[in-house]
Amino acid sequence: MDTLERLLSEHPFFKDLDPRYIQLIAGCAREVTFKAGEFIFREGDPSSHFWLIRSGKISLEVFAPGRGPIMIETLGEGDVMGWSWAVPPYRKQYDARALELTRAIEFDAMCIRGKCDEEPKLGYELFKRFAQIIGQRLQATRLRLIDIYGSHS
Amino acid sequence: MIGERVIVERQDFQKLLDVLRQKGYTTVGPTVRDRAIIYDEITSVEDLPIGWTDEQDGGKYRLKRRADQALFGYVVGPHSWKKFLHPPVLSLWKAKKNGKSFEITPNHSEPPRYAFIGVRSCELHAIFIQDRVFTNGKFVDPHYQARRRNVFIVAVNCVQAGGTCFCVSMKTGPKATAGFDLALTEILDGQRHYFVVEVGTTQGAEVLQGVPTQPAPPRDLEIAEERVAQAMKQMGRQLDTTNIKELLYRNLEHPRWDEVATRCLSCANCTMVCPTCFCTTVEDVTDLTGSEAERVRKWDSCFTMDFSYIHGGSVRASVKSRYRQWLTHKLASWIDQFGTSGCVGCGRCITWCPVAIDITEEVRAIRESEQSNT
Amino acid sequence: MVPVPYRVLRVRRETKDTFTFELQAVTGERFPFAPGQFTMLYVFGVGEVPISISGDPAHPEILVHTVRAVGTVTKVLCRLKRGDILGVRGPFGSSWPMAEAVGNDILIVAGGVGLAPLRPAIYHVLSHRGEYGRVALLYGARTPGDMLYKKELAEWRGRFDIQVEVTVDAARPDEWHGNVGVVTTLIPRAQFDPYHVTALVCGPEIMMRFTILELQKRGLRDDQMYISMERNMKCAIGFCGHCQYGPNFVCKDGPVFRFDRVKEIFGKREI
Repeated sequence: MDTLERLLSEHPFFKDLDPRYIQLIAGCAREVTFKAGEFIFREGDPSSHFWLIRSGKISLEVFAPGRGPIMIETLGEGDVMGWSWAVPPYRKQYDARALELTRAIEFDAMCIRGKCDEEPKLGYELFKRFAQIIGQRLQATRLRLIDIYGSHS
Repeated sequence: MIGERVIVERQDFQKLLDVLRQKGYTTVGPTVRDRAIIYDEITSVEDLPIGWTDEQDGGKYRLKRRADQALFGYVVGPHSWKKFLHPPVLSLWKAKKNGKSFEITPNHSEPPRYAFIGVRSCELHAIFIQDRVFTNGKFVDPHYQARRRNVFIVAVNCVQAGGTCFCVSMKTGPKATAGFDLALTEILDGQRHYFVVEVGTTQGAEVLQGVPTQPAPPRDLEIAEERVAQAMKQMGRQLDTTNIKELLYRNLEHPRWDEVATRCLSCANCTMVCPTCFCTTVEDVTDLTGSEAERVRKWDSCFTMDFSYIHGGSVRASVKSRYRQWLTHKLASWIDQFGTSGCVGCGRCITWCPVAIDITEEVRAIRESEQSNT
Repeated sequence: MVPVPYRVLRVRRETKDTFTFELQAVTGERFPFAPGQFTMLYVFGVGEVPISISGDPAHPEILVHTVRAVGTVTKVLCRLKRGDILGVRGPFGSSWPMAEAVGNDILIVAGGVGLAPLRPAIYHVLSHRGEYGRVALLYGARTPGDMLYKKELAEWRGRFDIQVEVTVDAARPDEWHGNVGVVTTLIPRAQFDPYHVTALVCGPEIMMRFTILELQKRGLRDDQMYISMERNMKCAIGFCGHCQYGPNFVCKDGPVFRFDRVKEIFGKREI
């Protein structure tokens, strides 16, 4: 088995995925490294990729006029970054910046979408996993929305 | 002799009060005030509600004249003995500023030695319940203990039940069985007016020595038993206590709570008249110069809006949650906390509720809704 | 029990509304306590509040409290300076299960000012390090400016025998290089053996609820998790009735509860 395939099959996100599909996906993947401070993508960029972070830390930021950039989430080892590739209009909504040297596996979204069209079952498996990611992010965001640490007096 | 029963004639009842007062007791008992029978200091038999009775129902209390001159021909009113044992207002300590520091002087004033005249069986049980709250746990309330320790109790066995009574359901009456110094059953029989007196303690026997007594003939004892048995059959309310703790614990989200919340005014009357409710608050006050401070303890109620206040809001903000708290505490969690029910079936909460919410009806509604679902 | 005069030795400002006070009895008497317990702090003529002890149980000569100014009494309390006197009653309540947890991994999850009642437990674990397995501290705060004990967090992290993960709800990149996200997101990263771990959780009730859910997902049983509850208190000795939480008095059955003992009512509205 290819190193990349081994990496993917060991990753919790692809647990229990048919090795044949792992092979298919690996065909759309490559290893990448981001230097500290480097932008992975900017707000408005087309959603052409998603990433499996292997090490390091990436910050998702929005820029508020008058307030400057605000970090709304950091993602690190084991996290999946990027779900907007699966949802139209396929555009990035935040900036993503590496806070430290970060290694990740980068997936070409168009390639993946193509493979999913060919093999709908693969599409179903991927979308199940991404639905979970989106759910977790929503949950975590809602918790911060209620401002649990606020003084409420 | 403990357990002995004697007869005291009506005309000798004043002697009982006199002996107690001679021994230094402050005699407190029922008396008529503001069209109700309340508890206050009494010195003479004439202070008692002679010839009065009470008519009680949900949200209703009226005094009516009796055809006879019974001294104890009524049941319980808005007061309970907790006003003496667990005072409504009590100064805990005073503090004086001393440079940057302060000195605290606890309230060590000696409380009066009370003799309670006319304690009903349900009220005796209420006192036992408060004994468990204040003196049986990890901490002891010294103020309650100081008052409780010296109390002389003259109990009265009920020969008629009140309109909202359910002591039979709660197994707290109508006969006083323990915890009294003397227990009286008042008998009016034709021309005769007398008391069957049971001696409960050696102090009771001692006090009785100063009162003219006769040995009790078996016929008189029989009549006393009959009269009390009669009261048992007259209960105005009934509460099924079978597995009541589990019943209430599993129905914390029952729609009945929403229903009762549409009626409850959270006026806190029920907690004020209840003989076992014990919640208090403290107020820290200063004089105008800020150099002297005092901490005062006052009765409080779980029905008040800020009873459960923590940073920014109350945990129990809705009336529903406060009514639920009161009822489930009284009938369920009290058992886990203190080993007995918190309710003695005196019916005061039913009588004094301005909208006649009935604790027995609320429990019945929840219990029956389960049975109709099975 | 009446308040005993204690002198303020030192005040440290932790955040814009939170202060740590180091107190000593005017008589010099020590104040032994167990981690998780609280005292009633009295401000002359103003009132009393229950505040968790946040100091080192191995050093009872100094009594430490971290106070957030959110109400009448705490707002006045937080204006006290070195040399001022306040009253102390206590210690009260149940404590973190330091003895029961010996031999286990320790997972501490703190939210906001919830780190204060946990700090004595952290001190205890670190000074008895050999008695416990892996130790992880997960701490979430609103913003970097709202974090408590920043210096100590860095010290603990630098010890190499405790995993320290910190996160904030939101931050500016120029002021923060750590994690951003709600504290429950740190749990998947914590290193511990779910079969041999004791979890100590303290923070706003909502935060504790979601933390419990995440820990249950990691395989923890309900009797392995401990929480610290907060309720209105007037007497702290089980008589005023204000702190009741179901059948529990938070002042004497709590504030620390083993989760399985309160799980039936935990999360029920307005209990």
